Amino acid sequence: MTKQHANWSPYDNNGGTCVAIAGSDYCVIAADTRMSTGYSILSRDYSKIHKLADKAVLSSSGFQADVKALQKVLKSRHLVYQHQHNKQMSCPAMAQLLSNTLYFKRFFPYYAFNVLGGLDEEGKGCVFTYDAVGSYEKVGYSAQGSGSTLIMPFLDNQLKSPSPLLLPAQDAITPLSEPEAVDLVKTVFASATERDIYTGDKLEIMILKADGIRTEVMELRKD
Amino acid sequence: MTFTIPIDNGDALKNAETDSQRTLYPYVTGTSIVAIKYKEGVLMASDMGGSYGSTLRYKNIERVKAIGKHSLLGASGEISDFQEILRYLDELVLNDNMWDDGNSLGPKEVHNYLTRVMYNRRNKFNPLWNTLVLGGVKNGQSYLGMVSMIGVSFEDNHVATGFGNHLARPILRDEWHADLSFEDGVKLLEKCMRVLLYRDRSAINKLQISKITEEGVTVSQPYSLKTFWEFQAFHNPTAGAQGSW
Repeated sequence: MTKQHANWSPYDNNGGTCVAIAGSDYCVIAADTRMSTGYSILSRDYSKIHKLADKAVLSSSGFQADVKALQKVLKSRHLVYQHQHNKQMSCPAMAQLLSNTLYFKRFFPYYAFNVLGGLDEEGKGCVFTYDAVGSYEKVGYSAQGSGSTLIMPFLDNQLKSPSPLLLPAQDAITPLSEPEAVDLVKTVFASATERDIYTGDKLEIMILKADGIRTEVMELRKD
Repeated sequence: MTFTIPIDNGDALKNAETDSQRTLYPYVTGTSIVAIKYKEGVLMASDMGGSYGSTLRYKNIERVKAIGKHSLLGASGEISDFQEILRYLDELVLNDNMWDDGNSLGPKEVHNYLTRVMYNRRNKFNPLWNTLVLGGVKNGQSYLGMVSMIGVSFEDNHVATGFGNHLARPILRDEWHADLSFEDGVKLLEKCMRVLLYRDRSAINKLQISKITEEGVTVSQPYSLKTFWEFQAFHNPTAGAQGSW
């Protein structure tokens, strides 16, 4: 008897784009607020950004149900960490936890494309970028999601990251000031919205600094 | 306190025999649900049909039910799975009442519970084949959300399932505004249901509109919408392209 195949898929792509840029003393994390399925828009006001710890903010696009479950798992693991260590998790620690959590489901993955942004132990901005099964890297900036292919090349051009092959290793952190980085993010999303049907509606930007988190919202094209 | 989540069924993917133990396709289905927030709470509209493939098998199915004191649940998709969900929610509400602490489950909590149930069933490759709409009011706050069969959920000022997503949502995006009166809300829903009636093959002209406010739940008596079929094009449908046979 031939094996029956499911006529439904456990996965769906709810679209959207996430970007993060690390600065000398700040980190900018941004994502659009459109949630779609197929050619329909489910919501024009769905946030993809989640604050996991004081210095670690996660932005994920992909399959929203998996993203939500992933956020819940990380949130609860962070709570346990706080109980056991009497302090908040640092961004690099959260980065490793996220990687492990993703790999844990290596054979039935979380269909989530993540960008983790925050401040490291020295107060410098840091951005970690992931694939769906947990492979990650500390970078100076990253874009994930449906508009990533439109955004990443432009960020490469503007943020002139030093080659990772250089020795001694050079930081990929941008020398741009915070207002310049926020402006760049707005520009980048406005452009991605033009050509990516899954990106649009509104842009949510979170700016993390040592003294706290600030949020900005910008309207995007709704078509 | 434990909530029972639907039971594990072992090697769901591997064994041909266990295939009969999990949902592969839906059998008796309900079509769209359309719901909006309005001034005093939430309005939800559904027709009363249950289709068995292309046959209209059941014409008196209530697809919107009250849950606890503060919520309304509407379902499209497999009717038997909806009935199963009602049983889980029954147990949830019962346990909530048994605490006897003056607290009661609000729509946010029920929505979260349903999202977890749907997602966990999807994880076991044995989904509840429904798209659910959860609306309610608690402490003056209105809430309206949706969960799909694979666990995708969100909340908004207006939601619709199935065909409603394609046909009703655009109307709602254009004409919904905050603080709709009850009459205006019903008119808006009827406009959506009429379009669905004309264009959704599985829709029937027998609908109920349910309302939930801080005071409680009211489900209207079934009624039908006025439709218009006297378009010129319908009178002589082949006028523009006479066939040869």
